[in-house]
Amino acid sequence: MSTEIFGFDGVNVWVDGLVRVLLIVGFMTVVVMGLIYGERKILARFQQRLGPTRTGPVGLLQSVADALKLVGKEDLRPRNADAWTFELAPYLVFVPVFLGFVIVPFVLDWQVRILELGLLYFVAVTGINIVGWIMAGWGSDNRYAMIGGMRAAAQGISYELPLVLSLLAVAMVVEVPSDSATGESLRGSLNLNEIIAAQAEIPNLVWQPLVLIVFFIAALAELNRTPFDIPVGESEVVGGPFVEYSGIRWSMFFLAEYAALLIMSLIFAAVFLGGWAWPAGLFQDDPWPRWAQALLVTGKAGLFIFMVFWVRASVPRLRIDQLMSFTWKILLPLMFAQVLINGLVLVYDWPEIVLTVTGLVGVLVLVMAVDRAVRHPRPRPAPATQLEGEAAS
Amino acid sequence: MLPTDQLFSDYVPVLIASIAGFILVISALIGSRLLAPFSEEREKGTTYECGMLPLRRASTNVGNRFYLYGILFIIFDVEAVFIFPWVLTFVGVGPLAYWTMVTFVAILGLGLAYAWKKGALQWR
Repeated sequence: MSTEIFGFDGVNVWVDGLVRVLLIVGFMTVVVMGLIYGERKILARFQQRLGPTRTGPVGLLQSVADALKLVGKEDLRPRNADAWTFELAPYLVFVPVFLGFVIVPFVLDWQVRILELGLLYFVAVTGINIVGWIMAGWGSDNRYAMIGGMRAAAQGISYELPLVLSLLAVAMVVEVPSDSATGESLRGSLNLNEIIAAQAEIPNLVWQPLVLIVFFIAALAELNRTPFDIPVGESEVVGGPFVEYSGIRWSMFFLAEYAALLIMSLIFAAVFLGGWAWPAGLFQDDPWPRWAQALLVTGKAGLFIFMVFWVRASVPRLRIDQLMSFTWKILLPLMFAQVLINGLVLVYDWPEIVLTVTGLVGVLVLVMAVDRAVRHPRPRPAPATQLEGEAAS
Repeated sequence: MLPTDQLFSDYVPVLIASIAGFILVISALIGSRLLAPFSEEREKGTTYECGMLPLRRASTNVGNRFYLYGILFIIFDVEAVFIFPWVLTFVGVGPLAYWTMVTFVAILGLGLAYAWKKGALQWR
Protein backbone atom coordinates (compact mmCIF):
# COMPACT_ATOMS: atom_id res chain seq x y z
CA MET A 1 0.00 0.00 0.00
CA SER A 2 1.27 3.42 -0.83
CA THR A 3 0.12 6.97 -0.87
CA GLU A 4 1.23 10.41 -1.98
CA ILE A 5 2.84 13.20 0.03
CA PHE A 6 4.37 16.48 -1.13
CA GLY A 7 4.28 15.32 -4.73
CA PHE A 8 6.20 12.12 -4.02
CA ASP A 9 4.10 9.23 -5.27
CA GLY A 10 4.09 5.72 -3.92
CA VAL A 11 5.22 6.47 -0.41
CA ASN A 12 4.69 3.72 2.13
CA VAL A 13 1.64 4.36 4.34
CA TRP A 14 3.68 4.13 7.52
CA VAL A 15 6.34 6.57 6.31
CA ASP A 16 3.66 8.95 5.11
CA GLY A 17 1.85 8.79 8.44
CA LEU A 18 5.07 9.29 10.38
CA VAL A 19 6.08 12.37 8.36
CA ARG A 20 2.67 13.94 8.80
CA VAL A 21 2.51 13.23 12.52
CA LEU A 22 6.00 14.67 13.04
CA LEU A 23 4.99 17.82 11.19
CA ILE A 24 1.98 18.08 13.50
CA VAL A 25 4.23 17.71 16.56
CA GLY A 26 6.35 20.65 15.44
CA PHE A 27 3.32 22.70 14.44
CA MET A 28 1.57 22.04 17.74
CA THR A 29 4.59 22.92 19.89
CA VAL A 30 5.25 26.20 18.10
CA VAL A 31 1.61 27.28 18.00
CA VAL A 32 0.99 26.38 21.65
CA MET A 33 3.96 28.51 22.69
CA GLY A 34 2.56 31.32 20.58
CA LEU A 35 -0.87 30.86 22.16
CA ILE A 36 0.50 31.08 25.69
CA TYR A 37 2.35 34.27 24.81
CA GLY A 38 -0.71 35.60 22.96
CA GLU A 39 -3.04 34.88 25.85
CA ARG A 40 -0.80 36.67 28.32
CA LYS A 41 -0.41 39.67 26.03
CA ILE A 42 -4.09 39.95 25.11
CA LEU A 43 -5.27 39.44 28.68
CA ALA A 44 -2.79 42.07 29.80
CA ARG A 45 -4.19 44.57 27.30
CA PHE A 46 -7.72 43.89 28.58
CA GLN A 47 -6.52 44.68 32.09
CA GLN A 48 -4.45 47.68 31.01
CA ARG A 49 -1.14 46.01 31.72
CA LEU A 50 1.77 45.31 29.38
CA GLY A 51 2.18 41.56 29.83
CA PRO A 52 5.57 39.92 29.28
CA THR A 53 8.13 42.41 27.96
CA ARG A 54 11.53 41.35 29.23
CA THR A 55 12.47 38.06 27.53
CA GLY A 56 13.40 38.76 23.92
CA PRO A 57 11.90 41.52 21.77
CA VAL A 58 8.51 42.55 23.27
CA GLY A 59 8.61 39.42 25.42
CA LEU A 60 8.36 37.03 22.48
CA LEU A 61 10.65 34.46 24.05
CA GLN A 62 8.64 34.26 27.27
CA SER A 63 7.18 30.84 26.46
CA VAL A 64 10.62 29.44 25.60
CA ALA A 65 11.97 30.70 28.92
CA ASP A 66 8.98 29.18 30.73
CA ALA A 67 9.49 25.83 29.02
CA LEU A 68 13.19 25.77 29.95
CA LYS A 69 12.36 26.67 33.52
CA LEU A 70 9.75 23.91 33.77
CA VAL A 71 12.08 21.26 32.35
CA GLY A 72 14.69 22.21 34.89
CA LYS A 73 12.31 22.14 37.84
CA GLU A 74 12.20 19.34 40.37
CA ASP A 75 9.45 16.84 39.64
CA LEU A 76 7.84 15.92 42.94
CA ARG A 77 5.52 13.09 43.84
CA PRO A 78 3.78 13.19 47.22
CA ARG A 79 4.52 10.21 49.42
CA ASN A 80 0.85 9.30 49.78
CA ALA A 81 0.11 9.54 46.06
CA ASP A 82 -0.98 6.45 44.18
CA ALA A 83 2.08 5.87 42.01
CA TRP A 84 0.42 4.38 38.94
CA THR A 85 -2.52 6.74 38.57
CA PHE A 86 -0.37 9.75 39.44
CA GLU A 87 2.30 8.92 36.87
CA LEU A 88 -0.07 7.83 34.10
CA ALA A 89 -2.46 10.78 34.33
CA PRO A 90 -0.35 13.19 32.21
CA TYR A 91 -0.29 10.65 29.39
CA LEU A 92 -4.05 10.20 29.48
CA VAL A 93 -4.62 13.92 29.45
CA PHE A 94 -2.19 14.71 26.67
CA VAL A 95 -2.39 11.78 24.24
CA PRO A 96 -6.16 12.02 23.49
CA VAL A 97 -5.81 15.72 22.75
CA PHE A 98 -2.88 15.03 20.48
CA LEU A 99 -4.85 12.31 18.66
CA GLY A 100 -7.45 14.91 17.79
CA PHE A 101 -5.00 16.53 15.36
CA VAL A 102 -5.26 13.55 13.01
CA ILE A 103 -8.52 14.72 11.45
CA VAL A 104 -8.06 18.49 11.56
CA PRO A 105 -8.20 19.92 8.01
CA PHE A 106 -5.56 22.63 7.78
CA VAL A 107 -5.75 23.49 4.07
CA LEU A 108 -7.28 21.89 1.00
CA ASP A 109 -6.06 18.29 0.74
CA TRP A 110 -3.64 18.61 3.61
CA GLN A 111 -4.25 16.97 6.90
CA VAL A 112 -2.92 13.85 8.54
CA ARG A 113 -5.85 11.78 7.27
CA ILE A 114 -9.32 12.39 5.92
CA LEU A 115 -11.42 10.02 7.99
CA GLU A 116 -14.91 9.25 6.75
CA LEU A 117 -16.14 9.37 10.36
CA GLY A 118 -14.05 12.39 11.29
CA LEU A 119 -16.44 14.05 13.73
CA LEU A 120 -17.26 10.78 15.49
CA TYR A 121 -13.53 10.14 15.84
CA PHE A 122 -13.04 13.64 17.21
CA VAL A 123 -15.66 13.41 19.96
CA ALA A 124 -14.66 9.83 20.81
CA VAL A 125 -10.96 10.59 21.18
CA THR A 126 -11.11 13.93 22.95
CA GLY A 127 -13.63 12.56 25.45
CA ILE A 128 -10.99 10.22 26.85
CA ASN A 129 -9.01 12.94 28.57
CA ILE A 130 -11.70 13.27 31.26
CA VAL A 131 -10.36 9.93 32.53
CA GLY A 132 -6.93 11.52 32.80
CA TRP A 133 -8.36 14.37 34.86
CA ILE A 134 -10.02 11.98 37.30
CA MET A 135 -6.82 9.94 37.55
CA ALA A 136 -4.84 13.08 38.34
CA GLY A 137 -7.36 14.04 41.01
CA TRP A 138 -7.61 10.59 42.54
CA GLY A 139 -3.94 9.70 42.35
CA SER A 140 -2.70 12.85 44.08
CA ASP A 141 -4.32 11.94 47.40
CA ASN A 142 -5.13 15.56 48.03
CA ARG A 143 -8.57 16.89 48.88
CA TYR A 144 -8.32 19.86 46.52
CA ALA A 145 -7.18 17.59 43.71
CA MET A 146 -9.92 15.07 44.43
CA ILE A 147 -12.68 17.69 44.39
CA GLY A 148 -11.17 19.29 41.30
CA GLY A 149 -10.99 15.96 39.51
CA MET A 150 -14.61 15.14 40.32
CA ARG A 151 -15.73 18.59 39.22
CA ALA A 152 -13.78 18.22 36.00
CA ALA A 153 -15.49 14.91 35.34
CA ALA A 154 -18.97 16.20 36.14
CA GLN A 155 -18.50 19.28 33.99
CA GLY A 156 -16.71 17.45 31.18
CA ILE A 157 -19.39 14.80 30.76
CA SER A 158 -22.27 17.24 31.12
CA TYR A 159 -20.99 19.61 28.46
CA GLU A 160 -19.93 16.75 26.22
CA LEU A 161 -23.61 16.19 25.37
CA PRO A 162 -24.40 19.66 23.91
CA LEU A 163 -21.04 19.54 22.12
CA VAL A 164 -21.77 16.20 20.46
CA LEU A 165 -25.34 17.17 19.59
CA SER A 166 -24.24 20.50 18.12
CA LEU A 167 -21.72 18.75 15.85
CA LEU A 168 -24.45 16.27 14.89
CA ALA A 169 -26.89 19.05 14.07
CA VAL A 170 -24.36 20.52 11.66
CA ALA A 171 -23.45 17.13 10.20
CA MET A 172 -27.12 16.60 9.34
CA VAL A 173 -27.48 19.61 7.07
CA VAL A 174 -24.25 19.10 5.12
CA GLU A 175 -25.01 18.58 1.44
CA VAL A 176 -22.79 16.01 -0.22
CA PRO A 177 -22.79 15.76 -4.01
CA SER A 178 -23.10 12.04 -4.71
CA ASP A 179 -23.46 12.08 -8.46
CA SER A 180 -21.78 14.90 -10.34
CA ALA A 181 -23.46 13.98 -13.64
CA THR A 182 -27.06 14.32 -12.48
CA GLY A 183 -26.38 16.88 -9.76
CA GLU A 184 -27.98 14.66 -7.16
CA SER A 185 -26.87 15.13 -3.60
CA LEU A 186 -27.18 13.41 -0.26
CA ARG A 187 -27.55 14.96 3.15
CA GLY A 188 -25.39 14.29 6.16
CA SER A 189 -21.68 13.73 6.48
CA LEU A 190 -19.18 13.36 9.29
CA ASN A 191 -16.23 13.88 6.97
CA LEU A 192 -14.69 17.26 7.74
CA ASN A 193 -13.51 17.81 4.17
CA GLU A 194 -17.03 17.29 2.84
CA ILE A 195 -18.37 19.59 5.54
CA ILE A 196 -16.00 22.35 4.40
CA ALA A 197 -16.66 21.76 0.71
CA ALA A 198 -20.40 22.07 1.36
CA GLN A 199 -19.83 25.55 2.83
CA ALA A 200 -18.27 27.01 -0.31
CA GLU A 201 -21.44 29.00 -1.01
CA ILE A 202 -22.78 29.81 2.45
CA PRO A 203 -21.06 28.89 5.71
CA ASN A 204 -22.98 26.88 8.29
CA LEU A 205 -23.17 29.78 10.69
CA VAL A 206 -25.99 31.18 8.53
CA TRP A 207 -28.07 27.98 8.75
CA GLN A 208 -27.26 27.11 12.35
CA PRO A 209 -26.77 30.25 14.46
CA LEU A 210 -28.00 28.57 17.64
CA VAL A 211 -25.73 25.57 17.15
CA LEU A 212 -22.74 27.85 16.73
CA ILE A 213 -23.41 29.58 20.05
CA VAL A 214 -24.05 26.32 21.90
CA PHE A 215 -20.88 24.81 20.44
CA PHE A 216 -18.89 27.81 21.62
CA ILE A 217 -20.30 27.56 25.15
CA ALA A 218 -19.78 23.80 25.33
CA ALA A 219 -16.26 24.17 23.96
CA LEU A 220 -15.46 26.73 26.66
CA ALA A 221 -16.64 24.23 29.26
CA GLU A 222 -14.74 21.33 27.70
CA LEU A 223 -11.58 23.43 27.72
CA ASN A 224 -12.18 24.42 31.37
CA ARG A 225 -12.05 28.08 30.42
CA THR A 226 -13.60 30.94 32.36
CA PRO A 227 -16.54 31.15 33.13
CA PHE A 228 -16.49 27.34 33.29
CA ASP A 229 -13.20 26.92 35.14
CA ILE A 230 -14.50 25.55 38.42
CA PRO A 231 -12.39 22.36 38.14
CA VAL A 232 -9.19 24.41 38.20
CA GLY A 233 -10.40 27.53 40.01
CA GLU A 234 -7.43 28.84 41.98
CA SER A 235 -9.53 30.56 44.61
CA GLU A 236 -11.63 27.45 45.30
CA VAL A 237 -9.56 24.32 44.74
CA VAL A 238 -6.08 25.89 44.26
CA GLY A 239 -5.52 24.49 40.78
CA GLY A 240 -7.74 21.44 40.99
CA PRO A 241 -6.31 18.11 39.83
CA PHE A 242 -2.87 19.62 39.26
CA VAL A 243 -2.16 20.79 42.82
CA GLU A 244 0.42 18.11 43.44
CA TYR A 245 2.00 18.20 39.99
CA SER A 246 5.12 20.22 39.47
CA GLY A 247 7.76 20.79 36.83
CA ILE A 248 7.52 18.87 33.58
CA ARG A 249 4.47 16.81 34.53
CA TRP A 250 2.47 19.93 35.25
CA SER A 251 3.59 21.44 31.95
CA MET A 252 2.16 18.38 30.16
CA PHE A 253 -1.28 19.33 31.48
CA PHE A 254 -0.66 22.89 30.40
CA LEU A 255 0.41 21.79 26.92
CA ALA A 256 -2.68 19.58 26.63
CA GLU A 257 -4.92 22.48 27.62
CA TYR A 258 -3.59 24.77 24.91
CA ALA A 259 -3.41 22.01 22.31
CA ALA A 260 -7.10 21.33 23.02
CA LEU A 261 -7.84 25.03 22.54
CA LEU A 262 -6.04 24.92 19.20
CA ILE A 263 -7.97 21.85 18.02
CA MET A 264 -11.30 23.29 19.12
CA SER A 265 -10.58 26.49 17.22
CA LEU A 266 -9.67 24.60 14.06
CA ILE A 267 -12.77 22.40 14.32
CA PHE A 268 -14.88 25.50 14.90
CA ALA A 269 -13.37 27.15 11.83
CA ALA A 270 -13.97 24.03 9.74
CA VAL A 271 -17.50 23.23 10.89
CA PHE A 272 -19.07 26.66 11.17
CA LEU A 273 -16.98 29.14 9.21
CA GLY A 274 -16.01 27.03 6.21
CA GLY A 275 -12.35 26.31 6.92
CA TRP A 276 -10.17 27.03 3.90
CA ALA A 277 -13.13 27.89 1.67
CA TRP A 278 -14.04 31.51 0.97
CA PRO A 279 -17.66 32.44 1.64
CA ALA A 280 -20.12 33.18 -1.17
CA GLY A 281 -18.37 30.79 -3.55
CA LEU A 282 -15.45 33.13 -4.17
CA PHE A 283 -12.44 31.47 -5.83
CA GLN A 284 -14.32 28.19 -5.88
CA ASP A 285 -13.13 27.08 -9.30
CA ASP A 286 -9.64 28.46 -8.87
CA PRO A 287 -8.51 27.57 -5.33
CA TRP A 288 -6.00 29.85 -3.71
CA PRO A 289 -2.43 28.72 -3.05
CA ARG A 290 -1.98 26.81 0.17
CA TRP A 291 -0.31 29.61 2.08
CA ALA A 292 -3.30 31.86 1.42
CA GLN A 293 -5.68 29.12 2.56
CA ALA A 294 -3.58 28.67 5.67
CA LEU A 295 -3.88 32.40 6.36
CA LEU A 296 -7.66 32.16 5.99
CA VAL A 297 -7.88 29.22 8.40
CA THR A 298 -5.59 31.03 10.83
CA GLY A 299 -7.86 34.06 10.73
CA LYS A 300 -11.00 32.00 11.34
CA ALA A 301 -9.45 29.91 14.11
CA GLY A 302 -7.86 33.02 15.58
CA LEU A 303 -11.31 34.57 15.85
CA PHE A 304 -12.43 31.68 18.06
CA ILE A 305 -9.28 31.85 20.19
CA PHE A 306 -9.61 35.59 20.60
CA MET A 307 -13.24 35.20 21.71
CA VAL A 308 -12.15 32.63 24.30
CA PHE A 309 -9.58 35.07 25.71
CA TRP A 310 -12.10 37.88 25.55
CA VAL A 311 -14.68 35.91 27.52
CA ARG A 312 -12.00 35.04 30.05
CA ALA A 313 -11.24 38.71 30.56
CA SER A 314 -14.91 39.73 30.87
CA VAL A 315 -16.92 37.10 32.73
CA PRO A 316 -16.63 35.89 36.33
CA ARG A 317 -16.68 32.22 37.29
CA LEU A 318 -20.01 30.38 37.56
CA ARG A 319 -21.15 28.45 40.60
CA ILE A 320 -21.31 24.68 40.17
CA ASP A 321 -25.09 24.42 40.57
CA GLN A 322 -25.62 27.19 38.00
CA LEU A 323 -23.22 25.47 35.67
CA MET A 324 -24.93 22.08 35.83
CA SER A 325 -28.44 23.57 35.58
CA PHE A 326 -27.38 25.54 32.51
CA THR A 327 -26.30 22.53 30.48
CA TRP A 328 -28.97 20.04 31.58
CA LYS A 329 -31.97 22.38 31.65
CA ILE A 330 -31.21 24.79 28.83
CA LEU A 331 -28.52 23.66 26.41
CA LEU A 332 -29.48 19.98 26.18
CA PRO A 333 -33.24 20.50 25.46
CA LEU A 334 -32.38 23.26 22.98
CA MET A 335 -29.95 21.00 21.14
CA PHE A 336 -32.46 18.14 20.98
CA ALA A 337 -35.05 20.52 19.58
CA GLN A 338 -32.54 21.77 17.00
CA VAL A 339 -31.64 18.24 15.86
CA LEU A 340 -35.30 17.31 15.47
CA ILE A 341 -36.15 20.54 13.63
CA ASN A 342 -33.22 19.99 11.28
CA GLY A 343 -34.54 16.49 10.61
CA LEU A 344 -38.05 17.78 9.93
CA VAL A 345 -36.80 20.37 7.46
CA LEU A 346 -34.61 17.87 5.63
CA VAL A 347 -37.08 14.98 5.49
CA TYR A 348 -39.96 17.05 4.13
CA ASP A 349 -37.68 19.16 1.94
CA TRP A 350 -38.76 22.47 3.38
CA PRO A 351 -36.91 25.62 2.31
CA GLU A 352 -33.62 26.03 4.15
CA ILE A 353 -34.54 29.50 5.40
CA VAL A 354 -36.66 27.69 8.03
CA LEU A 355 -33.39 26.49 9.58
CA THR A 356 -32.12 30.04 9.92
CA VAL A 357 -35.39 31.30 11.36
CA THR A 358 -35.74 28.49 13.93
CA GLY A 359 -32.07 28.90 14.81
CA LEU A 360 -32.56 32.60 15.49
CA VAL A 361 -35.65 31.85 17.58
CA GLY A 362 -33.50 29.40 19.56
CA VAL A 363 -30.85 32.08 20.06
CA LEU A 364 -33.57 34.37 21.38
CA VAL A 365 -34.76 31.68 23.83
CA LEU A 366 -31.19 31.12 25.00
CA VAL A 367 -30.56 34.84 25.48
CA MET A 368 -33.82 35.25 27.39
CA ALA A 369 -33.08 32.28 29.64
CA VAL A 370 -29.60 33.61 30.44
CA ASP A 371 -30.97 37.11 30.94
CA ARG A 372 -33.59 35.83 33.38
CA ALA A 373 -30.99 33.83 35.27
CA VAL A 374 -28.71 36.87 35.51
CA ARG A 375 -31.49 39.20 36.68
CA HIS A 376 -32.98 36.84 39.23
CA PRO A 377 -30.14 34.66 40.46
CA ARG A 378 -31.23 31.82 42.70
CA PRO A 379 -29.59 31.59 46.09
CA ARG A 380 -27.14 28.75 46.51
CA PRO A 381 -29.22 25.67 47.44
CA ALA A 382 -28.78 24.40 50.97
CA PRO A 383 -26.63 21.29 51.18
CA ALA A 384 -28.66 18.11 51.21
CA THR A 385 -28.32 16.49 54.59
CA GLN A 386 -30.49 13.55 53.59
CA LEU A 387 -31.98 12.19 50.40
CA GLU A 388 -35.58 12.99 49.62
CA GLY A 389 -38.01 10.39 50.85
CA GLU A 390 -35.44 8.94 53.17
CA ALA A 391 -36.27 8.97 56.87
CA ALA A 392 -33.94 10.92 59.07
CA SER A 393 -31.79 8.58 61.07
CA MET B 1 -7.69 -0.50 -3.06
CA LEU B 2 -9.87 -2.89 -1.14
CA PRO B 3 -12.18 -1.29 1.45
CA THR B 4 -10.31 -2.98 4.30
CA ASP B 5 -6.99 -1.78 2.91
CA GLN B 6 -8.41 1.73 2.71
CA LEU B 7 -9.57 1.48 6.31
CA PHE B 8 -6.16 0.19 7.37
CA SER B 9 -4.25 2.97 5.64
CA ASP B 10 -6.71 5.51 7.07
CA TYR B 11 -6.11 4.45 10.64
CA VAL B 12 -2.35 3.82 10.48
CA PRO B 13 -1.70 7.53 11.28
CA VAL B 14 -3.99 7.20 14.30
CA LEU B 15 -1.77 4.42 15.63
CA ILE B 16 1.37 6.40 14.83
CA ALA B 17 -0.06 9.52 16.48
CA SER B 18 -0.96 7.66 19.68
CA ILE B 19 2.55 6.19 19.90
CA ALA B 20 4.07 9.59 19.09
CA GLY B 21 1.96 11.20 21.82
CA PHE B 22 3.29 8.75 24.41
CA ILE B 23 6.86 9.24 23.17
CA LEU B 24 6.46 13.02 23.45
CA VAL B 25 5.47 12.79 27.11
CA ILE B 26 8.15 10.20 27.89
CA SER B 27 10.90 12.26 26.24
CA ALA B 28 9.82 15.34 28.19
CA LEU B 29 9.97 13.33 31.42
CA ILE B 30 13.42 11.95 30.52
CA GLY B 31 14.64 15.45 29.68
CA SER B 32 13.46 16.63 33.05
CA ARG B 33 15.14 13.61 34.73
CA LEU B 34 18.44 14.64 33.16
CA LEU B 35 18.21 18.38 33.80
CA ALA B 36 16.22 18.84 36.97
CA PRO B 37 17.65 18.45 40.48
CA PHE B 38 16.31 15.67 42.68
CA SER B 39 16.69 15.47 46.40
CA GLU B 40 15.17 13.19 49.01
CA GLU B 41 13.55 15.22 51.71
CA ARG B 42 10.75 14.13 53.98
CA GLU B 43 8.89 17.41 54.01
CA LYS B 44 8.66 17.60 50.25
CA GLY B 45 6.61 14.44 50.09
CA THR B 46 3.78 15.75 52.25
CA THR B 47 0.42 16.50 50.71
CA TYR B 48 -0.29 20.17 50.05
CA GLU B 49 -3.01 21.39 52.36
CA CYS B 50 -2.29 25.07 53.00
CA GLY B 51 0.32 24.37 55.64
CA MET B 52 -1.50 21.84 57.79
CA LEU B 53 -0.81 18.14 57.75
CA PRO B 54 -3.70 16.22 56.20
CA LEU B 55 -5.69 14.11 58.62
CA ARG B 56 -6.75 11.10 56.55
CA ARG B 57 -6.43 9.85 53.01
CA ALA B 58 -8.20 12.22 50.64
CA SER B 59 -9.78 9.56 48.44
CA THR B 60 -12.54 8.57 50.82
CA ASN B 61 -15.87 10.36 50.55
CA VAL B 62 -17.15 11.93 47.38
CA GLY B 63 -20.53 13.56 46.95
CA ASN B 64 -23.09 11.21 45.42
CA ARG B 65 -24.27 13.98 43.05
CA PHE B 66 -21.36 13.11 40.81
CA TYR B 67 -22.65 9.57 40.31
CA LEU B 68 -26.14 10.81 39.43
CA TYR B 69 -24.71 12.99 36.69
CA GLY B 70 -22.57 10.08 35.58
CA ILE B 71 -25.62 7.87 35.13
CA LEU B 72 -27.54 10.59 33.29
CA PHE B 73 -24.55 11.15 31.04
CA ILE B 74 -24.28 7.49 30.08
CA ILE B 75 -27.96 7.40 29.07
CA PHE B 76 -27.74 10.49 26.88
CA ASP B 77 -24.35 9.67 25.43
CA VAL B 78 -25.56 6.26 24.32
CA GLU B 79 -28.44 8.08 22.70
CA ALA B 80 -25.99 10.35 20.89
CA VAL B 81 -24.18 7.27 19.61
CA PHE B 82 -27.47 6.02 18.18
CA ILE B 83 -28.07 9.36 16.50
CA PHE B 84 -24.70 9.26 14.69
CA PRO B 85 -25.63 6.59 12.10
CA TRP B 86 -29.16 8.00 11.84
CA VAL B 87 -27.78 11.41 10.87
CA LEU B 88 -26.06 9.95 7.82
CA THR B 89 -28.98 7.92 6.48
CA PHE B 90 -32.36 9.27 7.58
CA VAL B 91 -32.99 11.52 4.57
CA GLY B 92 -32.62 8.56 2.22
CA VAL B 93 -34.91 6.34 4.29
CA GLY B 94 -37.60 8.98 4.57
CA PRO B 95 -40.22 10.11 7.10
CA LEU B 96 -40.46 6.72 8.85
CA ALA B 97 -36.85 6.95 10.03
CA TYR B 98 -37.43 10.52 11.16
CA TRP B 99 -40.51 9.76 13.24
CA THR B 100 -38.83 6.72 14.78
CA MET B 101 -36.05 8.95 16.04
CA VAL B 102 -38.59 11.51 17.25
CA THR B 103 -40.23 8.78 19.34
CA PHE B 104 -36.87 7.66 20.70
CA VAL B 105 -35.83 11.19 21.65
CA ALA B 106 -39.28 11.85 23.12
CA ILE B 107 -38.97 8.84 25.44
CA LEU B 108 -35.56 10.04 26.62
CA GLY B 109 -36.93 13.56 26.90
CA LEU B 110 -39.60 12.19 29.27
CA GLY B 111 -36.78 10.61 31.23
CA LEU B 112 -35.01 13.96 31.44
CA ALA B 113 -38.25 15.64 32.54
CA TYR B 114 -38.66 12.99 35.26
CA ALA B 115 -35.10 13.47 36.48
CA TRP B 116 -35.67 17.23 36.47
CA LYS B 117 -38.91 16.90 38.49
CA LYS B 118 -37.28 14.55 40.98
CA GLY B 119 -34.55 17.12 41.57
CA ALA B 120 -31.72 15.03 40.15
CA LEU B 121 -30.57 17.99 38.08
CA GLN B 122 -30.45 20.27 41.10
CA TRP B 123 -26.98 20.50 42.53
CA ARG B 124 -26.72 20.81 46.27
